[in-house]
Amino acid sequence: MPPNALNWRGRLSDTLWRRPRLLLFLLLAPPVLWLGVIYLGSLFALLAQSFFSIDEFSGVIKYEFTLKTYRELLIPANLDIIIRTVLMAAFVTIGAAIVAFPIAYFAARYARGKWKALFYLGVMLPLWSSYLVKVYAWKLILAKEGILNWILAKLHLTWLLDAWLSLPIIGGNSLSVSYTGTFLVFLYVWMPFMVLPIQASLERVPSSFIEASADLGANARQTFFNVILPLALPGVIAGSIFTFSLTLGDYIIPQIIGSSRLFIGQAVYAHQGTAGNIPLAAAFTVVPVVIMGFYLWAAKKKGAFDAL
Amino acid sequence: MTQTAVSFCNVSRHYGPVKAVDDVSLDILGGEFFAMLGPSGSGKTTCLRLIAGFEQPTSGSISIFNQQMMDVPPYRRQVNTVFQDYALFPHLNVADNVAYGLMIRGVSKNDRLKAAEGALELVRLPGYGARKPSQLSGGQRQRVALARALVNQPKVLLLDEPLGALDLKLREQMQEELKELQRSLGITFVFVTHDQSEALSMADRIAVFNHGQIMQVGSPREIYHSPKSEFVADFVGSSNILPRELVNKLVGRDQPASLRPEAIRLVSEGGIEAKILNVSFLGASTKITLQMKDVTLHMLADNEPASLTVGEIVRVDWDKSSLHLMEIPHV
Repeated sequence: MPPNALNWRGRLSDTLWRRPRLLLFLLLAPPVLWLGVIYLGSLFALLAQSFFSIDEFSGVIKYEFTLKTYRELLIPANLDIIIRTVLMAAFVTIGAAIVAFPIAYFAARYARGKWKALFYLGVMLPLWSSYLVKVYAWKLILAKEGILNWILAKLHLTWLLDAWLSLPIIGGNSLSVSYTGTFLVFLYVWMPFMVLPIQASLERVPSSFIEASADLGANARQTFFNVILPLALPGVIAGSIFTFSLTLGDYIIPQIIGSSRLFIGQAVYAHQGTAGNIPLAAAFTVVPVVIMGFYLWAAKKKGAFDAL
Repeated sequence: MTQTAVSFCNVSRHYGPVKAVDDVSLDILGGEFFAMLGPSGSGKTTCLRLIAGFEQPTSGSISIFNQQMMDVPPYRRQVNTVFQDYALFPHLNVADNVAYGLMIRGVSKNDRLKAAEGALELVRLPGYGARKPSQLSGGQRQRVALARALVNQPKVLLLDEPLGALDLKLREQMQEELKELQRSLGITFVFVTHDQSEALSMADRIAVFNHGQIMQVGSPREIYHSPKSEFVADFVGSSNILPRELVNKLVGRDQPASLRPEAIRLVSEGGIEAKILNVSFLGASTKITLQMKDVTLHMLADNEPASLTVGEIVRVDWDKSSLHLMEIPHV
């Protein structure tokens, strides 16, 4: 027997080598405990809360099963919040996909060496600075006295901005208090989460596929829709899961930039805080979970994961 | 009269200082099975990509059936390619892969699926349409790639090392099938390979490439028996190269010469003395390595000569006609 097998480290590695399942158990136990007990546990506690209700007069939570809170979720004021948030999340996702695709395509197909490093830096750099700082910076950019207005004035394009802001719903007094502003900031803040998965999925499309498509008579547009997009779809879906769910749950951006109308995140924040209506807050948080569930189901049905 | 299928006229393709293809002129005839043979990096694949249109020549011009291909994109050329990695689309099933070209051309779903099934029958894969490429073996993918190209009825079919990824047995079977297919369809096949035996067994004519240039063009027999240069002699089969000095002594010509291993035989008298360095049994034949003067010779004997021992001195000889004189290499 080799001498190093005699000390305790040697004996330990020998034991683990003989019993690989034990090693697997030791490696997996901490994360499974964390995920299972603390994360999923609190999520289920939250879900359970949504089936309780609050007594309107005393403000005390009644701990008995009821769907009353969900009925409350469907009153027009609350339904508006949900629809507003879902529409915003949908537009942000579509916008992000459209802006991110060419960037990701360039990075995956053409960028090499130094350019690739520059791409990663450019995409990731915004993630290195504080989220709040970025959002406040955008408030300054979009404000009436902000840099965007100043640039448009210099370009004699103020009329264009005014025309846009005079549109119903998406317009407003200035960009920083309009849905357009909220949309732009969401788009900016979540962009890396869309670019990176699309880039990763495009990296896996060999250039011979694109050449084969051209060889079989397809021009660039036909190749894009018949080969590149279907193969990049898992990446687009992965990115859209990020942008969609992050927008559904965010409560800071719409509070700082946008109209004073609430989004789901803000509603949750308000109900669990000052209002003390934990059941309604819980019911609100269930909405994004359910929506994402349907979203993934529909994506799977559409074959978005077939190319995985 | 046979038409010229593909014509290269002083074609070069440079990547910065690298001359991938260097002033190549070549005519490939209609209905011909043409092989481009060479080591990796010799420019043969670039030539194929120039025909397909994936690359544009830096200078010179290419025409396909007398049509200039300058600035003609790949999707407007009546050539199809079988890619080295097959490049089957993983998100489409076999039938949709084969029908892809027809789908792009707007052929109705029924017609194109019927044509795809026909093409699959041609490559002996009937009824495989519903499978995904990932469910097929390497040899089957190869056939699907072939069907996908042939269903478009190309004027020229380009094959980029199509058999490289297959094991020996399958490769030999596919060689025969490809040759048979080419004969029955009458389409011009242009075939890129680094495997000389593949080129010799399948092609009607071979172009041997090295450093972006064509070293020799000819029938397999010409290439094998009458190599023009040391490179061709060495690359196409492992020929013995006799240096100028030795050839001068033997036949009085100041030129290098090639000598095929199977042309050498052992004789009891006459010939030249040589020392046996090694004997290896190859099954159907025996390979003997000899030291003759200061040249190492390889010879192939059909049946194992009785009791040869390493170090023994034997006498070797060959027919005068099998000593093939070659060009003096440029310095």
